[in-house]
Amino acid sequence: MFDYKIVEEAGKELYIRALCDLPPDVRKALQQARDRESNPTAKEVFGAMLRTVEIADAKGTLVCQDTGLPIYKVKIGSRHHWDGAAIQKSLREGAKRATQEFPFRGSSTHPFTRLNPQNSVGDGLPVFYVDFEESSADLVIVMMPKGSGSENMSTMKMFIPADGVSALKKFVVDSVIAAGSNPCPPGIIGVGMGGTADLVMRLAKEALMRPVGQRNPDPEVRKMEEDLEEAINATGIGPMGLGGDVSTLAVHIETGFTHITQNPVAVNTQCWPARRAKATITPDGRVEYGY
Amino acid sequence: MANHHLTTPFGEDDMRRLKVRDVVHFDGTLFGIRDLTQIYMFDQNHEPPVSLSGMPCIHTAPSLKKIGDKWEIICVGTTTSGRMERFSPPLIRNYGVRAIIGKGGLYDGSLAAMKECGAVYLAIVGGAAALETQQIEEVEAVYWEHLHPEALYKFRVKDFGPLTVAMDTHGNNLYADVRAEAQRRLPSIYENLGVN
Repeated sequence: MFDYKIVEEAGKELYIRALCDLPPDVRKALQQARDRESNPTAKEVFGAMLRTVEIADAKGTLVCQDTGLPIYKVKIGSRHHWDGAAIQKSLREGAKRATQEFPFRGSSTHPFTRLNPQNSVGDGLPVFYVDFEESSADLVIVMMPKGSGSENMSTMKMFIPADGVSALKKFVVDSVIAAGSNPCPPGIIGVGMGGTADLVMRLAKEALMRPVGQRNPDPEVRKMEEDLEEAINATGIGPMGLGGDVSTLAVHIETGFTHITQNPVAVNTQCWPARRAKATITPDGRVEYGY
Repeated sequence: MANHHLTTPFGEDDMRRLKVRDVVHFDGTLFGIRDLTQIYMFDQNHEPPVSLSGMPCIHTAPSLKKIGDKWEIICVGTTTSGRMERFSPPLIRNYGVRAIIGKGGLYDGSLAAMKECGAVYLAIVGGAAALETQQIEEVEAVYWEHLHPEALYKFRVKDFGPLTVAMDTHGNNLYADVRAEAQRRLPSIYENLGVN
């Protein structure tokens, strides 16, 4: 019998790791951004960001105080009989324990009463995405805390086929400009194109879970990522919206098939501390952490 | 882009000397406020139990731990200022606050009050809580404790910064300039993208 306490422990550990230890790809992207930045204010801002990451490393503290809402994406390997309900329950418990044992500020709140249980969970939380992998026996969990500064700037629109791809590209650029300084730029711009109203936003969100700059394998989508990245950097919004050459670390696009009458697009931004952590759990209970 | 090292309380002249893009560090007192603190002050008419005159206020909801009578700092970071726009002009006009520190900036109402009274908006690097926390030496007091983590906090800080002057007493708003520049560039951005 597999002991799901292992998943609970991983759920806790992943949340804390994500908050304290930025992935190497994000660090590298921030360093490169500082190096290519010509605006002196922006250079100063990047310097403070990089110092923050170092301090969090040295002290084992949170990079950002907004510990966000927890999102767990699990990929269940078919070659082992995993108990899905036990996984979900364990991760929820893990998120709760991370909040209370670290301890850090919980932000989950009832939408009407605004009651905050100070444990980062509640109805519908943590957000739980499930996927499957036929060729594996492992359970792979990616954890992403989502802060509100960036999440509050999310946009979605159901265009019509007559609007074409052009409308989607314009919508992405316009969304980033409208968000301006608020989502703690320069972050990852997650874009969903196609799908249904819910799927398009999920695609945008899952796009944020890729390492910075890892391109979509489809050459056409990849080209659009590159074009939109150039367009967004040309806005001059810069780090923290104070002006500069770097307004995004990367644009990540995920696509899905949609209805013949539909042409949906969604933008979900991740802030510059693009936090995430990954665990791979084997059927014999070994846990390996990564990003 | 000048560098300034200041000590609280700030005088009107100190603030009128600052220009957008200048970088500020300071020592002394820093008050922490947020949505609920200001709803309590302005919508529910509670007078602050301490003078804010000449002081900087930061938009924050700190993670603190109370041990006996002492508040220990876990993590202090900065939140988006835009939500606090409605409260900022009276905070400056009625209570003499000289600097509002936050991320994302404020709008025209606040800019007018800053020009009129001699106050500025200082942009901190959002998300950089680990750095910010290290620059806070002590939580000297927590007023309106029942509102925690959105109470009124008095921090003692050392070399707090870097802060970019983003709205000054001369009517300049760096965020508005950046937005206007983005709009100016937009037609060529669309053209390069093939947007019709």
